[in-house]
Amino acid sequence: MPRPTTPSQTVGPFFSLGLSWLDAGQLVDPDRSDAVVLDGRVLDGGGAPVPDAVVEIFQADAAGRFVPDTEPDWTGFGRALTDAGGTYRFVTCKPGIVGPSDAPHVDVSVFARGLLQRVITRCYFPDEAAANRTDPVLRSIADEAVRASLIARDTDEGLRFDIRLQGEGETGFFAC
Amino acid sequence: MTDGPRVDRLLDPPYDAPDYRSSELRHPRRSLIHLAAGPTELHGPLFGHHRIEPSEADLIAQPTGEALGERIIVTGQLLDDAGRPIAGQLIEIWQANAAGRYAHEDDQHPAPLDPNFTGAGRCLSGPDGTYRFVTIKPGAYPWRNHQNAWRPAHIHLSVFGRSFTERLVTQMYFPGDPLLDLDPIYQSVSTAARRRLVSSFDLDTTTPDWALGYRFDIVVGGLLATPAEA
Repeated sequence: MPRPTTPSQTVGPFFSLGLSWLDAGQLVDPDRSDAVVLDGRVLDGGGAPVPDAVVEIFQADAAGRFVPDTEPDWTGFGRALTDAGGTYRFVTCKPGIVGPSDAPHVDVSVFARGLLQRVITRCYFPDEAAANRTDPVLRSIADEAVRASLIARDTDEGLRFDIRLQGEGETGFFAC
Repeated sequence: MTDGPRVDRLLDPPYDAPDYRSSELRHPRRSLIHLAAGPTELHGPLFGHHRIEPSEADLIAQPTGEALGERIIVTGQLLDDAGRPIAGQLIEIWQANAAGRYAHEDDQHPAPLDPNFTGAGRCLSGPDGTYRFVTIKPGAYPWRNHQNAWRPAHIHLSVFGRSFTERLVTQMYFPGDPLLDLDPIYQSVSTAARRRLVSSFDLDTTTPDWALGYRFDIVVGGLLATPAEA
């Protein structure tokens, strides 16, 4: 029988008590040849860093597979709490292709005080320009700036994916 | 503005909630983009391989002694929106102590800390989706949202369904709390949906001579709203 869902409520300011036990910043061994640092800042509508956010990611493995069809130690899940500068950091790998014309992507959730429900976005890869052009989700977004907000930038260390919750450069957020 | 279909989640609170001051600079202003769930959204992590001990669902029996406060049992089922139990998924909780203070360095409320209460626990849902925590009833506490603002007693819950779309973080409240009518976080949810955030007192769960029982079923689902006019 259909059941109405339990509504979301904010994660509040003290979530580290309940959520920091799970050490899930590294989805892959940093020494793996395809390991990549994926980091970024969470910023509010005034451009200030959000030091009390939880960023979670979920993705396919490098071969485009999900649990339980993956290696035993793979979850595809990452959780990182932002630091005083609003920065989160993961070590992961680029996921494989999961759909016919999909570009590689990582699903991202942000929870924070002030967010009554999480925001959801996708992080795409800057070295996948051709695939990004055919990806149905990116193609569905007409606004060039919004589309660009979903693509990580190359840095010396790896990939940077900043998440702007509001205002200028606001990240494209999804309902799904 | 973004082109394409616009959607809202009817059962969840809005991002923009002026009475909840912290949302002011943290809510997206642009409409959400409809995302037809693909393989990444329709899968999710599994935590069964994490070693989670049964003792992690007991917040009061600490090695140093027993937490102070009114002992309670919080139990219920984790279900999907078709009413099917979700087995083996992770449920994490955290809460203030009986005096209304979190064991967190940023909580400056001048109420006593309890050395025997960290206020955090976790478990995996059982084969029929059942979860069960033993804890103490959290106290209400003041916050600075508005003049003389107090949060109703609540327990934070973080749950994983079977897929990315079913991820949920929420708060469980207690029946009959007069602060519910005054709380902008609780009130941010539509009138019809609010009661699903309130646990029910349950005499069958209550253990004689030991602890009061509360039931709280958690129902996770994807998008229940229909796309609105573009």
